[in-house]
Amino acid sequence: MSPPLLQVNDLKKHFPINKGLFGQQTEWVYAVDGVSFEIARGETLSLVGESGCGKSTVGRAILRLFEITAGQVILDGQRIDDAHPSTMRQMRRRMQVVFQDPFSSLNPRMRVRDILAEPIRNFGLAKSAEDLEVRVTTLMDTVRLPREALNRRPHEFSGGQRQRIGIARALAAEPELIVCDEAVSALDVSVKAQIVNLLQDLQQKFGLALLFISHDLAIVEHMTHRVAVMYLGKIVEVAPRREIFAAPRHPYTKALLSAVPLPEPGAQRNPIILGGDVPSPIHPPNGCRFHTRCPFVFDRCRIDEPELRSTGNGQWVACHLETLPQV
Amino acid sequence: MALLEVENLQTHFRTPSGINRAVDGVSFHVNEGETLAIVGESGCGKSVTSMSLMRLVPEPPGKIAGAIRFAGRDLLQLSDREMRAIRGNEISMIFQEPMTSLNPVLTVGRQIRETLMIHQGLDKQAAEAHAIEMLTLVGIPEPKRRVREYPHQLSGGMRQRVMIAVALACNPKLLIADEPTTALDVTIQAQILKLMLGLKRRVGAAIILITHDLGVVAEIAERVMVMYAGRKVEEAPVAELFRSPRHPYTQGLLGAVPKLGSSLAGTATRLAEIPGQVPDLRKPIIGCVFAGRCALATDLCRQYAPGLEEKGPRHIAACHYAAKGAVAA
Repeated sequence: MSPPLLQVNDLKKHFPINKGLFGQQTEWVYAVDGVSFEIARGETLSLVGESGCGKSTVGRAILRLFEITAGQVILDGQRIDDAHPSTMRQMRRRMQVVFQDPFSSLNPRMRVRDILAEPIRNFGLAKSAEDLEVRVTTLMDTVRLPREALNRRPHEFSGGQRQRIGIARALAAEPELIVCDEAVSALDVSVKAQIVNLLQDLQQKFGLALLFISHDLAIVEHMTHRVAVMYLGKIVEVAPRREIFAAPRHPYTKALLSAVPLPEPGAQRNPIILGGDVPSPIHPPNGCRFHTRCPFVFDRCRIDEPELRSTGNGQWVACHLETLPQV
Repeated sequence: MALLEVENLQTHFRTPSGINRAVDGVSFHVNEGETLAIVGESGCGKSVTSMSLMRLVPEPPGKIAGAIRFAGRDLLQLSDREMRAIRGNEISMIFQEPMTSLNPVLTVGRQIRETLMIHQGLDKQAAEAHAIEMLTLVGIPEPKRRVREYPHQLSGGMRQRVMIAVALACNPKLLIADEPTTALDVTIQAQILKLMLGLKRRVGAAIILITHDLGVVAEIAERVMVMYAGRKVEEAPVAELFRSPRHPYTQGLLGAVPKLGSSLAGTATRLAEIPGQVPDLRKPIIGCVFAGRCALATDLCRQYAPGLEEKGPRHIAACHYAAKGAVAA
């Protein structure tokens, strides 16, 4: 078996908060606190969880938009978390990103042509001016935008079209991995479907690996191969799609899935309503981080932090319970 | 008689590039104690409709025409003073973003008290007692302490509960909830939806729920009205609408939403796309508003706007072809 395209080992990212008059007392936000996973070539791994669970921080740490606190990020066998800027530059070409908000992630002063040409020039991918032109127009075809639109600026486009421009810009660098950080969350239902279909087509066509960060579980189920569920900076469960949606093993996964309202009037569902709110990542609870809201909590959970353990079929869960009680 | 009857509501905005017909001739009614959902995508006019009902549309540049009859009175004919007596009292509203709709420099208690003192003439002590009662009703733990806290000390879910407490304090006959759970996480959304369902039974207020989330609609609405480009295109009881949507837009909308569990049922297929995008409302639209994106559109659709016709029991849709059953899901 070939090595995975991306490997993340025990990734940690803690942000300091300075308190007190002279900022001498430092507290830490444990945004990501020991996360490990792999993504194979051409695979979609979805990172799901609620606001503040650290899923976006993981995405940004992989792209090295900031330096990480501890751990390793390995792209195609090469460590990139401590790579020298000159090597890093070449590695950056291989992983690109599509952000959530298509209004703030495109430079309003640039024409679409320049937005798409920038990564191509930056990484020296075009051999000549003609080649550049061919590449840019091909990108427009790929994301199904009219070629005439190349001379327009972002404000002339709708949200869905802008997201297509964002995707085209990511593709321009010919990446192997695209981090989609809530890439379809801000879009309307009908446009969201267009972009989801486009992403799936592109994955097939170019063999792209996707790290799909999202809180929309129905969309995730629709397009993912595997899912990692995060809670307060940790992965609580990771499994192939079938396992996670048919037989979630972690109480949080189960609660999360049961909380999604179904578009079926009168559907019989029995949501596990979690009490309270997510605790602060500045003072995460001892033991299992989910114990303050878990309906199945027992003494051990408050002291002893469960490790991820395999339950077969590629499913890993961090919970002391062997099986979940029926609710 | 219906609690609220809206007739030919038109809310237009004057803009530098022409008149934006945000809501263009919409009629509907809400019965007492009923939950009506208004569904549609950004820019379809659903929020402008709700703002028009409360007369919160700035005039100018906005202009509201038509009739909004609430408990026998036309709200559009009332003076500002009379309207203020209705807002927050007989009709109240919950907004999407609880951080921006609560006043950050006033305690939660004071914000609930305010409506009670203004509308119900309660004194400060009675209002305070009632405020604590309201916080208990919406499931806020330690209400006596929370009543003295400021919005920033509460989490998003708690703030939305406070918003609901403010809205329900005066026992309104009609509650307008504009995307009440959109900004919340799913587990918190589940808490708030459960709360709203429980309160509906206890308080008995009619609800207009504005949302784009079809899951939320299926969960709490009784009747649904679908809007597109400022018009009403379909209306039906909730089960009927989900079972047999008649308008191609509604069908597209339902097909574009993946269902949780579909990969297991083996029904996961490509999502239905609605090609193209919403028309520019600043230009007059000739014919059916959806014709530009509809796979079944013919010359008839492009020339003549279809009227709302009865397509089934309590089920109306604005489509030339829906009745003939030519529109297959």
